[in-house]
Amino acid sequence: MSLRIVVTVKYVPDATGDRHFADDLTVDRDDVDGLLSELDEYAVEQALQIAEEADDAEITVLTVGPEDAKDALRKALSMGADKAVHVEDDDLHGTDAIGTSLVLAKAIEKAGYDLVISGMASTDGVMGVVPALLAERLGVPQVTLLSEVSVEDGVVKGRRDGDAASEQLEAQLPAVVSVTDQSGEARYPSFKGIMAAKKKPVESWDLSDLDLEAEEVGLEGAYTVVDTATERPARTAGTIVKDEGEGGKQLAEFLAGQKFI
Amino acid sequence: MAEVLVYVDHVDGAVRKPTLELLTLARRIGEPVAVALGNGAADTAATLAEHGAVKVLTHDAAEYADYLVVPKVDALQAAHEAVSPAAVLVPSSAEGKEIAARLALRLGSGIITDAVDLEAGDEGPVATQSVFAASYTTKSRVSKGTPVITVKPNSAAVEAAPAAGAVEALSVTFSEQATGTKVTGRTPRESTGRPELTEAAIVVSGGRGVNGAENFAIIEALADSLGAAVGASRAAVDAGWYPHTNQVGQTGKSVSPQLYIASGISGAIQHRAGMQTSKTIVAVNKDAEAPIFELVDYGVVGDLFDVVPQLTEEIKARKG
Ligand SMILES: Cc1cc2nc3c(=O)[nH]c(=O)nc-3n(C[C@H](O)[C@H](O)[C@H](O)COP(=O)(O)OP(=O)(O)OC[C@H]3O[C@@H](n4cnc5c(N)ncnc54)[C@H](O)[C@@H]3O)c2cc1C
Ligand SMILES: Nc1ncnc2c1ncn2[C@@H]1O[C@H](COP(=O)(O)O)[C@@H](O)[C@H]1O
Repeated sequence: MSLRIVVTVKYVPDATGDRHFADDLTVDRDDVDGLLSELDEYAVEQALQIAEEADDAEITVLTVGPEDAKDALRKALSMGADKAVHVEDDDLHGTDAIGTSLVLAKAIEKAGYDLVISGMASTDGVMGVVPALLAERLGVPQVTLLSEVSVEDGVVKGRRDGDAASEQLEAQLPAVVSVTDQSGEARYPSFKGIMAAKKKPVESWDLSDLDLEAEEVGLEGAYTVVDTATERPARTAGTIVKDEGEGGKQLAEFLAGQKFI
Repeated sequence: MAEVLVYVDHVDGAVRKPTLELLTLARRIGEPVAVALGNGAADTAATLAEHGAVKVLTHDAAEYADYLVVPKVDALQAAHEAVSPAAVLVPSSAEGKEIAARLALRLGSGIITDAVDLEAGDEGPVATQSVFAASYTTKSRVSKGTPVITVKPNSAAVEAAPAAGAVEALSVTFSEQATGTKVTGRTPRESTGRPELTEAAIVVSGGRGVNGAENFAIIEALADSLGAAVGASRAAVDAGWYPHTNQVGQTGKSVSPQLYIASGISGAIQHRAGMQTSKTIVAVNKDAEAPIFELVDYGVVGDLFDVVPQLTEEIKARKG
């Protein structure tokens, strides 16, 4: 039996760009270039490595996002994933984490899966909750924030480096995994990979394909409201001195003035 | 008065500081009812009572240590049923956010993560968040169900506010999912004797400019002269000079100390994401054009190998 892996990838505004809110207080996705969230590249990489180890595996990359999110799917396909699913619907605008997890869970079930692999967090929202939400919704084990992962004989194992301890985890498939940026550098798409990606299937699903109603998602369906978003005032320009041999002492003087010493 | 559930982060009964900060915030919304789970749960009660917990619900079972996340969600859900609180507050650790998310889903509630402040509002608690690498400040609310909110360390002062802190046993039935992910091994972190990075009042960080694992001794010496925690940029961590647990930034820890000292760190957006809300920021960098200088209250353009040891000596001299 083939191992069916679904990798959830998010299309995000470039973190090094000038990110803003739109008038409806959702993330402005027009003014800043988007890309495959760098933290999801690690998820694609681990999926590829697990698939290489397995006798027979198939990797589907899945995104919920606007039209341009296809770019994220293309990148993942050119890294080596087999096929892609794009959930796209105008009614999805403004969906929060709870809603996103609903749409993703429905799509994962429709696609069929043994293993879901997510990134540790999206680089725009940075909540780091979607993988746990997916496990809860799908009713399968959550094996998250792994810096090392392997799959053998229907069992997923991994190492989770937590605050207080480093833990070894183990669960039966099907399961939801998330991997950190410590799990291993993601490969660059090869020229061959980029060419091959152009021929790989990308399916588009909308809400009706997933038996979801518009009210369940989007700004309407959101479980949270952003009331205000204000740009943080630029920090008032600080004092900058050039070290002419007394830099350390001058810094100590500043710290003493601020009562840190 | 409405009750507010506070999830207690503790190590064998020793309550961690962010939980005490949560009690301060919880008191703005209602009466804090603490939930302490696992080994030593009952030992947390005295400290929690001193800081405002009217009640401490406790439960110990092997499941909390032997399985990941879900047993704690089951317990919080049981506490929610027992108390019907106005809100549930959880410390914003990686695990705390996962617990909170699953709880919110079960309750049919919304979730807000990484709040840096919390106040009572007409339509429920209003959470302040710092987003897009701290370039924006937002105020949000949960609009459905019981608000579940995770709060970052250093978001409020720890305050003494003696309350009854009556210990009550919580009765918990574990769900089928509870035993899905087994913890087969655990290696506790070795203590460095320095403060916890996310909780520290002062953080001293080193980056690629430190140029070698052995040179981190310079950063550590400065940290120790100030009683500070040590942080590192991802470049320094990736180079193997310092452990990943000390990484500050988007994929490391997010810190918000009174004072942040960055040496040999350029100030990339992903690093800033984890330190930009620090109250006072100081940098030492030999490149006057380094973006970190856009953030600083005080910056020294110079070689860290000259400036940092001199600073350490001067601090020691002044402290006598
Ligand atoms: C998805 C993603 C997540 C990331 N997450 C994080 C994160 O969590 N944390 C993080 O830190 N980074 C993160 N990064 C990496 C980040 O983009 C930068 O690459 C990194 O922060 C650079 O570290 P640095 O400032 O130490 O190194 P550099 O950018 O190389 O800067 C070194 C600085 O040291 C100065 N210097 C050199 N020698 C000396 C000397 N002798 N004295 C004084 N100054 C000297 C130089 O002038 C330079 O400014 C992430 C990147 C990505 C893509
Ligand atoms: N819109 C989305 N489409 C696909 N995957 C997503 C989406 N949002 C979040 N994810 C996945 O969930 C992980 C954690 O996201 P978050 O909880 O938003 O920080 C990401 O790394 C992705 O793998």
